[in-house]
Amino acid sequence: MSEKKGFWASLAEQPSTDEFIKGLWKDNPVFVQVLGMCPVLAVTNTAENALAMGLATAFVLLMSNVLVSSLRNFIPKQVRIASYILIIATFVTMTDYAIAAISVELHKSLGAFISLIVVNCLILSRAEAFASKNTIGKSILDALGMGIGFTFALLCLGAVRELLGNGSIFNVALFPDTFQEWIVMILPAGGFFTLAIWLLLFNYMKERRSAA
Amino acid sequence: MSKANTIQTTSTAGSAKMLRAMVGIGLICALLIVLTFEGTLPIIEKNKAEALEKAIFKVLPGTVTKKVFKLGENLVFSEITAEEKEAQLVYAGYDENGELVGIALEASGMGFADVLRILYGYDPEKQQVIGFYVLESKETPGLGDKIEKDPNFLANFEALDVSLKENQEAVQNTVKTVKNGEKENPWEVDGITGATISSRAIGDILGASTTEWVPLLYQNKEVFETVTKVEEKVQQ
Repeated sequence: MSEKKGFWASLAEQPSTDEFIKGLWKDNPVFVQVLGMCPVLAVTNTAENALAMGLATAFVLLMSNVLVSSLRNFIPKQVRIASYILIIATFVTMTDYAIAAISVELHKSLGAFISLIVVNCLILSRAEAFASKNTIGKSILDALGMGIGFTFALLCLGAVRELLGNGSIFNVALFPDTFQEWIVMILPAGGFFTLAIWLLLFNYMKERRSAA
Repeated sequence: MSKANTIQTTSTAGSAKMLRAMVGIGLICALLIVLTFEGTLPIIEKNKAEALEKAIFKVLPGTVTKKVFKLGENLVFSEITAEEKEAQLVYAGYDENGELVGIALEASGMGFADVLRILYGYDPEKQQVIGFYVLESKETPGLGDKIEKDPNFLANFEALDVSLKENQEAVQNTVKTVKNGEKENPWEVDGITGATISSRAIGDILGASTTEWVPLLYQNKEVFETVTKVEEKVQQ
């Protein structure tokens, strides 16, 4: 953890774009940290579901990081986890209502997984490891980076699964009618296969870069 | 966070401080939730009503207006105007000339994953089910959810026979699902390979619901038909 060493020094610094960039690639929450696997595997059966889930999680992450960061001197250490859960649960409930208001169909297809954002360890880990120790500006950048990185990763899975399992991306058919869908890719097993292949790709690239 | 630091904060932070923090955060959170709930409630209710309306027009092709009825005492249907919460409502659809197209009603039953809620349209003139729509389902994507999309399966419900016996008190043949490709009679539903349980569930739900409701609806045919005609007279 490089944060630890420069903790006091970094408080004085201006928020840097590094906080934003790291979530996108170097510390990508799904492909590198392997956090929040439940929604990653469960709701990436179509690109649309993956995008909606990613954006919902990113919103909750951003809002909870802002609130945790601004209340960081007010929350005693003993009750910090309870406080974070309370804050996260609030924003998840708000997101749940908002999605139901935007589209009944979308709310139907995401089902119980919206409420389960509460226990997404990505959000709790950012609150605990970052927002509770850093300024609001840096926390916002961190949340945006991690949120976009998470959404990107979900889209990677969702696009592949929808393409192979349904022959389309965002409901736009890409293959001729004769294409035989791989139903297994839409089912839970397909989630594991796709995640494994993406992880393989990321680790291969990382290894090759560190070797060079 | 060093160990010495943690111990120090533990001893200085009193219960009052913890309580203050939790209550404070709780209040902020409660306020946020209530505001969002109040803000989105009308939109959510409107969306749900719209979804039901769309489904009604889908199961009763040619409908332009609808009226809501409930089953009263003496097994006679009566129209309701205000938004009442009733256990079972039926929706009568009328075309441009005010003629009855059919009656839509909800039915539910156990599917493969969870309770299935469907809406179907009944035409008392033809004595057939003329439309079908899944309102709520959690069936397996790619397999069980074919009951919503498979065109061959949905074609079953364009003219599904539910005609009554001569005494008009019971349906002649209960609707049921048969294996894919084995449909022989007009009251049978052609199942889906790969969605056996889900398609059979639809047949069972329809069978149970039509056995109970179709005789009642048929006996009240005139109630549904005369409502618009009475209105026309009043207007003249």
